[in-house]
Amino acid sequence: MSITADEVRQVARLARLDVLEKELESITEQLDRILGYIDKLNELETDGIKPTTHAVEMENAFRDDETRPSLSQQEALANGPEQNGEAFVVPKVI
Amino acid sequence: MKFNQYTIHELQDKLAAREISAVELTEAVFARIAEVDDQVNAYITLNKDEALVQAAAADKLLEQKKGGPLCGIPLAIKDVMCTRGLRTTAGSKILESFIPPYDATVIEKLREAGAVICGKVSMDEFAMGSSNENCAYGVPHNPWNLDYICGGSSGGSAAAVAADECIASLGSDTGGSIRQPGSHCSVVGLKPTYGRVSRFGLLAYASSLDQIGPLTKDVRDCALLLKVISGYDRQDSTSVAQPVPDYLSALEPGLDGLKIGIPREYFAEGLDPEVNEAILTGIAELRGAGAETVEVSLPHTDYGVAAYYIIAPAEAGSNLSRYDGVRFGYRDKEADSLLEMYEKTRSQGFGDEVKRRIMIGTYALSSGYYDAYYKKASQVRTLIVEDYQKVFSQCDILVSPVSPMPAWRLGEKTDDPLSMYLADALTIPANLAGIPALSVPCGFSSAGMPIGLQIQAGHFNEEKLLKAAFNLESALEVKGQKPKL
Repeated sequence: MSITADEVRQVARLARLDVLEKELESITEQLDRILGYIDKLNELETDGIKPTTHAVEMENAFRDDETRPSLSQQEALANGPEQNGEAFVVPKVI
Repeated sequence: MKFNQYTIHELQDKLAAREISAVELTEAVFARIAEVDDQVNAYITLNKDEALVQAAAADKLLEQKKGGPLCGIPLAIKDVMCTRGLRTTAGSKILESFIPPYDATVIEKLREAGAVICGKVSMDEFAMGSSNENCAYGVPHNPWNLDYICGGSSGGSAAAVAADECIASLGSDTGGSIRQPGSHCSVVGLKPTYGRVSRFGLLAYASSLDQIGPLTKDVRDCALLLKVISGYDRQDSTSVAQPVPDYLSALEPGLDGLKIGIPREYFAEGLDPEVNEAILTGIAELRGAGAETVEVSLPHTDYGVAAYYIIAPAEAGSNLSRYDGVRFGYRDKEADSLLEMYEKTRSQGFGDEVKRRIMIGTYALSSGYYDAYYKKASQVRTLIVEDYQKVFSQCDILVSPVSPMPAWRLGEKTDDPLSMYLADALTIPANLAGIPALSVPCGFSSAGMPIGLQIQAGHFNEEKLLKAAFNLESALEVKGQKPKL
């Protein structure tokens, strides 16, 4: 196994996902199979090869710090599952 | 022929000559939707009232001989592009009630060009899938045979175009999501060069791979729609400030002087024999139009899927962290603590495939694994980019199948995520390299399922793709064939 049930639990926690114990085995098995396939990458020697993160070359896109029209507070809040007209409301944090 | 069966360019003439009105055309589209969409299930959200208002406004402009290139043309939009005031779900329960407060740049451009927006069409959740079976709002069926998948992730777009439930559509392509459903539904689908079309307002899946493009009934419509949506956008720092050519002028008969590379890795073991045969027929037609062919090699093709399934999930894990039940979309209201609210919201709101990819991405980027997975995959990406650079010094375009097999039966691969991933082996490399690639209908299997031919070219060489596709389309008798629904 390249990934264990404990690691899946840990990854789910990092990703803010709640994995049910009864699903754990099948998820671990699926991820293991996928990661097993991905191990294929190790057939290739890549020492010293520069990683590509963007395929089309681009420069930093600087712009002037100018004020432009943006969403109103009301528009920005409109999709909130819970809001009080001024802010998004969430369960108590502290 | 009914109004909804025509292409954009045919309708431009009919609308301008006032043979038909935009309102009549839009009504014909909605009549077709009412007739067949309970079988095809291409649409998630219909926009009928607003579409008829847009059509009436288009008619006013047309009366005055004004209006843009899409004036009065009814389009369907993949439900992953923000449409102001019109629900946008990304095929996910987590965005069940999301009403975007702004338009994606491509939508703004469509509106400026006078288009009528009929509604939002089905897709795999957050564009993750190859069969459109990962959708919280039902699965669309292939109009050519309702027992078959229509491909994914832009399955609703391809199905709606093929079934004449719209005149054309926009989709998005991260690993083949425009080309593969295009191939399975016998419509033209183009993934432009990365940066050619603004991604502002596209709900992000994998930002370094995502690109918006057209799905259309023919190559001319593809060129026309590409011209409307292309161009630099200050809202997308990865869009490229390169002038937009008149793609329509590329559609000339004759391919003299064009050198076509046939990549041997794309015809490897596992390729369906009927697909192989159709593509070889297509290649013969391209030769008949004057092109020269040469066998070439892209030796790292076989590693594309493995690299993609690290890079795309890694980017997705980060992009999808915003769906946390705070600012938009679904929230689990039972949770007592913030952490529990995040976990419950995301677990209930996301489907299995999305969760799977978030977990792969999170794992690949987690402490201790970065070099083994993400860095390695990004280095392999470089090898794939270099393969293309070498090959495009030997030829102008590459011709191959889009998908190693025609559409499969609904449910056939749903229990085996890896076999579904491998179905994208021939489309993923273009996304990793950011190059343009197109799918053009090329024939049918003995079971009557469509087969598409893929053409790839170097960065910003969309005109070469379109010219070759136009010549192939003219030589074959596939265009204009309609599914029997």
